[in-house]
Amino acid sequence: MGKLLELTNVHSYYGHIHALKGISLYVNEGEIVSLIGSNGAGKSSTLRTISGMIHAREGKVLLDQKDITHTEAHMVVSMGVGHVPEGRGIFPKLTVQENLDMGAFTVNDPKLIKERMELVFELFPRLKERITQFGGTLSGGEQQMLAIGRGLMLNPRILMLDEPSMGLAPVLVDVIFDTIKRLNEQGTTILLVEQNALMALSIAHRGYVLQTGSIVLTDDAAKLKKNEMVQKTYLGID
Amino acid sequence: MKQFTSNPFYKFILFPVGQIVAFAVGASLVLSLLTVLLAYIFRANITDFDLVERVLLILPQVVINGLTIGFVYSTIALGYTMVYGVLEFINFSHSEIFMVGGIVGVELMAYFDHTGALQTMNQYVVIALAIILGMIISGSLAVTVERIAYKPLRGAPRLVPLISAIGMSFFLQDAVRLILSLTTGEFNVILPQFGTFDKFLVLAVPGIEAPLRFQIKNLLLVGVAVLMLVGLNYLVNGTKIGKAIRAVAQDRPSASLMGINVNMIISVTFLIGGALGGAAGVLFALKATKLDPFVGFFPGLKAFTAAVLGGIGNLTGALLGGLILGLLESFSASYLSTFTSGAFGAEYKDIFAFAILILVLILRPSGLLGQTVGQKA
Ligand SMILES: Nc1ncnc2c1ncn2[C@@H]1O[C@H](COP(=O)(O)OP(=O)(O)O)[C@@H](O)[C@H]1O
Ligand SMILES: [Mg+2]
Repeated sequence: MGKLLELTNVHSYYGHIHALKGISLYVNEGEIVSLIGSNGAGKSSTLRTISGMIHAREGKVLLDQKDITHTEAHMVVSMGVGHVPEGRGIFPKLTVQENLDMGAFTVNDPKLIKERMELVFELFPRLKERITQFGGTLSGGEQQMLAIGRGLMLNPRILMLDEPSMGLAPVLVDVIFDTIKRLNEQGTTILLVEQNALMALSIAHRGYVLQTGSIVLTDDAAKLKKNEMVQKTYLGID
Repeated sequence: MKQFTSNPFYKFILFPVGQIVAFAVGASLVLSLLTVLLAYIFRANITDFDLVERVLLILPQVVINGLTIGFVYSTIALGYTMVYGVLEFINFSHSEIFMVGGIVGVELMAYFDHTGALQTMNQYVVIALAIILGMIISGSLAVTVERIAYKPLRGAPRLVPLISAIGMSFFLQDAVRLILSLTTGEFNVILPQFGTFDKFLVLAVPGIEAPLRFQIKNLLLVGVAVLMLVGLNYLVNGTKIGKAIRAVAQDRPSASLMGINVNMIISVTFLIGGALGGAAGVLFALKATKLDPFVGFFPGLKAFTAAVLGGIGNLTGALLGGLILGLLESFSASYLSTFTSGAFGAEYKDIFAFAILILVLILRPSGLLGQTVGQKA
């Protein structure tokens, strides 16, 4: 159970905007780690810096001890980092099937692709019913399932999910969180970004609290849930 | 039915060929009917001959000529539309990529002529070699141009790469002129005479007065163009690379999160578009027989117009737009003077074609078919 992912003192920018101001965190193999924080805190930027969509100007990102700070996104993905972005990023004019195929772009064995697709359909039978439909015609919940399913086609070593519950009906949120838990039990390491801090901390092993580009608190998820500041700011408990 | 439509033979041969035939026949029919209708309306004004009869007499030939040049426009237009679909950028140097393909193809044939091989080689092998070389050179040139002149400007305001493309256009024209004048001392390249390409297949159709005459080179041109179009359809809709091209066109950041090398896919897009342009250049050279470094301008402009007419970014639209533009050009070249009793001659054909374009765009700003490359063709 070593550190699968480790960030040390990461600074990221958008032009002149200093979005991450020295983030340090790690994710152990087999863990669910949750990143919570209010809007604009830098949660998405942290995931983007890991997956190489933006690059840290300072600091280091290590995957399995390997420096991937400046590795391009498509290479990071092929090293087993799945990133389901905020807003889902479904290809609106590819069919469900083609979207899933794209998730397995770096996989070359057709048998393996087929196996994984079966697995995805087992998790989300709804997707199987919609297989020939364009991604853009799915409902919000179905799109989220597709986004997660597409992330799984890679069979990633670590799956990063950016606000998977956003905009979903409560029933669907439960389905998504159950799925995340199940995936983790089957061995996938998870880095979960959520505004729904209560749910996130309920399934996570550990958590980090982000505020304006810095980590202000980290602890076991259970302890964070009881933390007074967290309760007040993120759980809405006075 | 579902089983049938997912059958590869249907998806990659029957459907695209059927679509091409449907477009060609449909566009020809519509324009022919309109012209005949106009002839009926104007018939009373002209007394020294029967307008309808005169229109019908040459109609089949006018359609054949229009479709022939139309296929060349379609093939060039696909290069504009593919790049636009992926980058939302109009590659104005595409007309020079086309020109280079034509000149390279002609130079190869001239080389065979020079060594004496031309008269002993199979004529179709010669053409095939010229087309392949034209495709390779134009394709690699397009990739190189993208790397040098467009890639560094990605993320700059939209006008900037556009200006860069226009600059590249001038640069390529003058570079070719320089190379030609250094190596051959001339600015023109001339297609050597060989084979039976200029001969006509004559087909007498009962009921039609003038027999249909198909020049062999025109048949060849249409055949090769259709082959290219079918090949492109397979590439875009049937292969992993094609799916990746569509994914990049729809959402670049997401595509990179799939492990798709976006820069590589953009290069592939330029490679395919450039290769199509190069092939079109060689086909055009067969028709034009004489090329100079500036020969790309008009066909390029027309193909660009065709792409806009069909809906820029839409592959099927480029095909349809090219055919319509070719037909419009042929119809106006042949009939303008007949209809106006000589007041407007064939030299007004482009004005007419572009006037139609403006009309279509006023009524349908997104072009006839709208949509994007991301869409299945
Ligand atoms: N594409 C962008 N361009 C400029 N600034 C951005 C961009 N994306 C995010 N930011 C800024 O970076 C900071 C962190 O944003 P983000 O990581 O999206 O926060 P979160 O995901 O926690 O809501 C914010 O101040 C935000 O305005
Ligand atoms: Mg966010």
